[in-house]
Amino acid sequence: MEKFDAIVVGAGPSGNAAAYTLAKAGLSVIQIERGEYPGSKNVQGAILYSDALERIIPEFRDEAPLERHIIEQRMWVLDDDSYIGTHYRSDAFNQVPYNRYTILRTQFDKWFSEKVSQAGAMVICETTVTDLIMDGQRVVGVRTDRENGDVFADIVILADGVNSLLAKKAGFHPELNPGDVALAVKEILFLPQETLESRFNVKEGEGVVIEMIGKITQGLMGTGFLYTNNESLTIGVGCMLSDFKEARIPPYLMLEMMKNHPAIKPLIEGGEMKEYTAHLIPEGGLKAMPQVYGDGWMIVGDSGMFVNAVHREGSNLAMTTGRLAAETVLELKQAGKDMSKSNLAAYRTRLDDSFVMKDLSKYKDMPGIFHANPQFFTTYPELVNNAAKTMLTVDGVDKKSKEREILKSFTSSRSLLGLMGDAYKMWRALR
Amino acid sequence: MLHIVVCIKQVPDSAQIRVHPVTNTIMRQGVPAIINPYDLYALEEALRIKDKFGGFVTVITMGPPQAENALRKALSFGADDAILVTDRAFAGADTLATSFALASAIRQIEKNMPVDMIFCGKQTIDGDTAQVGPGIAKRLNLELLTYISSITSVSAGKKEIVVQRRSEGGVQVLKTRLPCLVTMLEGSNEMRFATMPNMIRAARTTVKRWDRIAAGIEDVTKIGLKGSPTVVSKVFAPSPKTVKAEIVQTESNEPQDLVGSLLMRMFTKFPHVREELEKSATV
Repeated sequence: MEKFDAIVVGAGPSGNAAAYTLAKAGLSVIQIERGEYPGSKNVQGAILYSDALERIIPEFRDEAPLERHIIEQRMWVLDDDSYIGTHYRSDAFNQVPYNRYTILRTQFDKWFSEKVSQAGAMVICETTVTDLIMDGQRVVGVRTDRENGDVFADIVILADGVNSLLAKKAGFHPELNPGDVALAVKEILFLPQETLESRFNVKEGEGVVIEMIGKITQGLMGTGFLYTNNESLTIGVGCMLSDFKEARIPPYLMLEMMKNHPAIKPLIEGGEMKEYTAHLIPEGGLKAMPQVYGDGWMIVGDSGMFVNAVHREGSNLAMTTGRLAAETVLELKQAGKDMSKSNLAAYRTRLDDSFVMKDLSKYKDMPGIFHANPQFFTTYPELVNNAAKTMLTVDGVDKKSKEREILKSFTSSRSLLGLMGDAYKMWRALR
Repeated sequence: MLHIVVCIKQVPDSAQIRVHPVTNTIMRQGVPAIINPYDLYALEEALRIKDKFGGFVTVITMGPPQAENALRKALSFGADDAILVTDRAFAGADTLATSFALASAIRQIEKNMPVDMIFCGKQTIDGDTAQVGPGIAKRLNLELLTYISSITSVSAGKKEIVVQRRSEGGVQVLKTRLPCLVTMLEGSNEMRFATMPNMIRAARTTVKRWDRIAAGIEDVTKIGLKGSPTVVSKVFAPSPKTVKAEIVQTESNEPQDLVGSLLMRMFTKFPHVREELEKSATV
């Protein structure tokens, strides 16, 4: 019988963060991954937020395969053939240490997993954990799909991703509600470095992020994005699964239409598609969060709904929850305490004290509000785009009249009360 | 007890290889490295012989340090020992230099335990030469059995092996004495699913690393780039096919109409085909 200090199920950012932290502290760790190799099943936009990783591997900048650091962030609100938006570009983002990077997850995950192995964890791939082994109420190990596949440990950390079959099977987690998960699709388009850099007005190593909202999601609740890598662009769109289901719009078609938007098309022109991926994102927020610890187990990353949908943050929450779970285990081990539910409550305390729970609490009402108010994705983008068009068209009409026309367009599409209500809802949700 | 040596190679997964659109070079970054798929048939066959008759399976590879992952995987399937022959001096080796180095390393293995059989895949998916296996057999003066589709029997006592060999237009049944070198054909077996204890054992086993000296090689002119007469003069991506498929309309779905319409279309497009066919028909 094989017994370890800890079993980590899954080799995504949260599982890697947990396994690395535990192994580095000298614990015997086995990490079990379903995919052919670590990263083979992982999908992300992908923006890497330095802070979360730096707290785990301070020297990552010298080692990890990173694409471009972000110096410019664009936020676009799109109508059918136009967009209005803001661009923020700062040379401060060109100062080391950089705050955000674009990454290609296949390469990044390979590196991260190598760090986990080097730290001393045993990484076992192509192995599916089929069940948790219980001793009464206590999780004491996992059963895998391999012959003689039982493995035991003091603590089992579930880092098996958004669709955590294991947590569902064990009853820690109800079946996902389609209204709590987004489905995102993305493509990686190859573009020669020179073309890319001149098109986005950046130098080598510098990158641009475009976040998009509006008509591109065909009235569905969601966002689009375009990121610059070294020699490729990542373009994608994601909407709530429940909306896709209702609207019966295939995700690939939505992405195809987005790629043909007159503001986006010239940016990706000539890009050769190299990768097409899709993934679920848990966006239910705090209200959809399951119990994240119990006797002998903890949940980290996507399987615990640790995603800040409003700010497009997920991997940093994953890494942070993985690290906090590991630190909880280390602290209990050091104090000679067991991994009982009452002792593991310290994990929840750590979460509460971190930005993870603070941010998720702040935005706990956002998913509900956006869901109940589709005008944020349809009417408003159209109104603000039309307003800009009206003001910027010089046609002999005086500006005062133009202002009146714009105001009228707003009040006729959304009553004055509706407008004030929307503003109030947003203020409450963002407060 | 039979001692079987299996030669494997770590290769980039050719299914996921991309060619850089600008420079036309192979983009290896992010392409997963796998055990050459043909070598898996060799390894599984060796493991089956071990399961049946008892034995000891040593896997060996020559390659960069990261080729250790391929060996570890082989261990997880049930191989008993793994040796990574790695040295900067081996860099740039062609099949001649590679088979020289591997043959030399296998001679070193034999010093501890005589080798009864060597298994190789029929070829690699990145080089496609099918030369290294035969090269090793020649250097070690072994019986050579290539393109083997199945092992009929092995007799440890009589030191004999009976195999089926795929050949043009048929199957040869061959019997030879051991020691011998076998190169296995694809589809001859299916790789097993490793057990958990073997996965854990593989993760814990230290893969032996042999440099040039440990592999028993003194003459550096026989290995690496120096020992490789093959010169790659040019690498290029084939230009994409511009000819599009066309749809031929037919009157009915009767076989003779289908064939007739297809032939007529072909004859109008390639008149010389008709001439040649008519010529051969009159002879």
